[in-house]
Amino acid sequence: MEEEAVDVSKGVDVSKGEAAKGEATLPGPREAGAGAAESPGEPLLVVEKLVKHFPVKGGFPIRRTVGAVQAVDGIDLTVHVGESFGLVGESGCGKSTTGRLITRLLEPTSGSISYRGRDIAHASRKQLAPIRSEIQMIFQDPYSSLNPRQTVGKIISGPMEINGIDPTGGREKRVRELLEIVGLNPEHYNRFPHEFSGGQRQRIGVARALALEPKLIVADEPVSALDVSIQAQVVNLLQQVQKDLGIAFLFIAHDLAIVRHFSQRVAVMYLGKIIEVGDRDSIYKRPRHPYTHALLSAVPEVTLDGGAEETGRERIRLAGDVPSPISPPSGCRFRTRCWKSQDKCATEEPPLVRLSGNRPHHLTACHFPEAPTTEAREEDIVLDPALTALEEGEG
Amino acid sequence: MTTVTKEPDDSGEGAFLSVRDLHVSFTTEDGVVRAVSGLSFDLERGRTLGIVGESGSGKSVTNLTILGLHNPMFTTIDGEIVLDGQELITARESELEKLRGNKVAMIFQDPLTALSPYYTVGRQIAEPFMKHTGASKKAAWQRAVEMLGKVGIPNPKERAKEYPHQFSGGMRQRAMIAMALVCDPDLLIADEPTTALDVTVQAQILDLLKDLQQEFGSAIIFITHDLGVIADVADDIMVMYAGGAVERGTVHDVLRSPQHPYTWGLLNSMPRLDSDLGAALTPIPGTPPSLLNPPSGCRFHPRCAFQGEVGGARCVDELPLLPPGRGGACHLTAEQKQTIFVEQIKPRLR
Amino acid sequence: MLRFLVRRTLGAVVILFLLSVVTFLLFFGMPRDPALLICGKTCTPANIENIHHVLGLDKSIPEQYLTFLHNIVLGSDSFDQGPCPAPCFGYSYHTNEAVWPTLMDRLPTTVSLTLGAAVVFLVAGLATGLLAAWKRGSLIDKTVTAGSMVISSMQIYFLGPLALALLVYQSHLFEKPAYHNLTSDPVSWFSGLLIPWVVLSTIFAAQYTRMARSSMIEQLQEEHVRTARAKGMSRRYVFFRYAWRGSLIPVVTIFGIDLGSLLGGAIITETTFGLPGIGQLAVQSVFFSDLPLLLGVMLFAATMILLFNIIVDTCYAFIDPRVRLS
Repeated sequence: MEEEAVDVSKGVDVSKGEAAKGEATLPGPREAGAGAAESPGEPLLVVEKLVKHFPVKGGFPIRRTVGAVQAVDGIDLTVHVGESFGLVGESGCGKSTTGRLITRLLEPTSGSISYRGRDIAHASRKQLAPIRSEIQMIFQDPYSSLNPRQTVGKIISGPMEINGIDPTGGREKRVRELLEIVGLNPEHYNRFPHEFSGGQRQRIGVARALALEPKLIVADEPVSALDVSIQAQVVNLLQQVQKDLGIAFLFIAHDLAIVRHFSQRVAVMYLGKIIEVGDRDSIYKRPRHPYTHALLSAVPEVTLDGGAEETGRERIRLAGDVPSPISPPSGCRFRTRCWKSQDKCATEEPPLVRLSGNRPHHLTACHFPEAPTTEAREEDIVLDPALTALEEGEG
Repeated sequence: MTTVTKEPDDSGEGAFLSVRDLHVSFTTEDGVVRAVSGLSFDLERGRTLGIVGESGSGKSVTNLTILGLHNPMFTTIDGEIVLDGQELITARESELEKLRGNKVAMIFQDPLTALSPYYTVGRQIAEPFMKHTGASKKAAWQRAVEMLGKVGIPNPKERAKEYPHQFSGGMRQRAMIAMALVCDPDLLIADEPTTALDVTVQAQILDLLKDLQQEFGSAIIFITHDLGVIADVADDIMVMYAGGAVERGTVHDVLRSPQHPYTWGLLNSMPRLDSDLGAALTPIPGTPPSLLNPPSGCRFHPRCAFQGEVGGARCVDELPLLPPGRGGACHLTAEQKQTIFVEQIKPRLR
Repeated sequence: MLRFLVRRTLGAVVILFLLSVVTFLLFFGMPRDPALLICGKTCTPANIENIHHVLGLDKSIPEQYLTFLHNIVLGSDSFDQGPCPAPCFGYSYHTNEAVWPTLMDRLPTTVSLTLGAAVVFLVAGLATGLLAAWKRGSLIDKTVTAGSMVISSMQIYFLGPLALALLVYQSHLFEKPAYHNLTSDPVSWFSGLLIPWVVLSTIFAAQYTRMARSSMIEQLQEEHVRTARAKGMSRRYVFFRYAWRGSLIPVVTIFGIDLGSLLGGAIITETTFGLPGIGQLAVQSVFFSDLPLLLGVMLFAATMILLFNIIVDTCYAFIDPRVRLS
């Protein structure tokens, strides 16, 4: 343990700041001018130091704000054109709040959200109007997110109506096309939501989100309310939409396997902070943050040789519960449940940086990170310098 | 109890819990919902039976019926439920009351709504103990504190005086488990006990249940939609679809060589942490059937990709029977199943 | 808890203050001159000016309001009719009597009528409602549901005269409604109020029956009620200990509102039965444009409603620990 800690602390990359900034851009054709924002790899949405605190009322005799639920507390993330970015974490980690901030369903307390270079965090309603149509949202509950008194046609054409968009051939034709895209019968134009099953309703929600040909869809737990056999249908639909239409996704979910399946890059949140972010394979195969390790090892998995016999996956059991976001622990927020926690963790907040042994763009916020797994470590030693050079050369 | 897996035989004799040809239907405004039709299974002491199925598969209804917790005004029940020699469907309400929380206890999905907001956690745990053992208020309270300690709640003496809303989600589920185990039940029915919890807390609760089963030796019926959870906690699996069991066997057997197209579908449609990326998931087409008007023949046939292999219209006309013991309720022959599984299903699982 | 009560009381005082400002402005800012009402037919401009001066109407409206407020809090000696101790709402334009004593005179009638009826309708309403919920779907339930629906759709000005005609004037089974002092003549007090009580509580009880039944049925479907059954508690125990408690919340809410507004003046009931309560006073004050009286009645009624609001909130805390401990 001691040895490991020393080893790891030595391993912290010196060029912290640089690495953190490097996160904002992924290797890609960067030389392109402003006009070429459509090309994949360009940052579409850049979130910096985003904060959302919900006031807590109390006091006597006059009620006033006495504290804040620090739902989101200074996160940075970048979603590139056409990319699918996964945001995972347990309930209360701030992932849904982040989604709502980006779609401006909530007002951020501070920080910036820039969409294609334009700050939308503090834009007025009027300034937002042209951007609103490019960022759409899919909600968790397919029952409460569709107005039961409107027909499917009305629901899906709603966004077009609000934004005054008249597609060639008329709105109805467009709605029928959309119904077809999401795998519903165009003849169902005049039906009401209650005539559909949960999975079909979620398809209606997807069609509504697609109506304005958005560039970015924020999908907040889009399949968690659905039955297992239906989840796969909706995940496939979203994936197909993402590929065919080149729409970027911010995919928010608690199911690690589904996020892995859907996302190219993944960020893990804990108590309002991003504690680890990187390419999917990097996060899932070489997690460095103890929390990511614990999260991955807690997922119960079917193994095909019968049951859950240990498959070499080490099991980490976190003790206790997530602390209150009203008074989160000082320093590293995970330290109260972390088996590696030391004094430093309480006094100093670990920065989100690229650690040595991490692949490029894999950032971890931990003072005493886990060593890369054995297989990964070998791979890292042998492959990583070359791989890094290759990837950075491309960039 | 026994380490040897005893194959349930048709008679159900000797089993601790034996359900035979259970039919449950509800009268609703739209018509009669056949929630469970012709379900049979056995459970032995000390074993854990995992029941998997989607919403509307009848898995929860079955277990409410065991304890007689259905609404008698709208429900019709047929068949036989025998627990330790006692017939439960015809049992009087007073006899069932003696059983509930005593010999058979339940844990529900959402501990926030399943615990009363009006009484302290300690009181809610002490109540069934007083009722079933005749213990004094003081003794029951002490027992409640002891149980809270056993399920891993720190400082149980103080926490017993608190109300459920002062507990976190995981703690509430622990309290719920303490309440269920307070009278040392022989059968514990856990209805999606971890679905409302986060993965790290779910892992804690599953470990706790396994430990407590070692200590108390209860039989457990574990209802869930998550095959991964079942693989973690159960000895046996029963897969339910549209009100009936379509496959059963030990966890090992069912996961190694599943015998029913629906089980294949479930396995195929979930992504896993180690599954192949790049390929699309293989969902089960269509939606679960309405139980107001269930499909004829095999209830899975409208969503089944393999009915062509059976030939004729057998799947549409004839309800396949679930053989006693290990097996799946499907018209495909054993060879066909083996071939399809090995050639078409298994490759996709890796 | 104490903090909560103090905060709510302070809030209520603020609301009352704002209300007094608004009502005062509404009435005294009216284009109609109250002096014209008082001086009657033989009116000369000099008379009117004199009345203006006596009532303080020649001062500016803010000044008048400050005087009004001062009188309520500290009382006043500047009235011709005599000293007016706090809370002083002045003297009635119509009867020339001090407003506050008049109100207090009328209060026993309204309190007797309201509390007597409230006890009956609460008990009867809850009992039948719970019975219907317990026997849900049975003939009893159906009868109770249908009966309460019919009765609660009736009005006092229909049921009241009907009861008077049938039970008092035709059959002489009951006494004519009237108010007698409780302490000096309890028997007459009871018999005089019997018919109003019966009529008022019948209508209210029907509403409480429906409310109690539906909120009870809703509670019985709660998951924690099912849990209690699953741990072997008897149906009766679960019904009264688990379900009933939650079903009280809507009942207490409505009961508080009803009681507050009835105590502020059961206008229709008192008028129908000719009972000299605060409701009747309210009608008179409107009828004669008797501004001091009207203001007094309004502020009194508002105080009652606010008071019962606080009482209801306090009851929530007793019923539900989530409220108590937050």
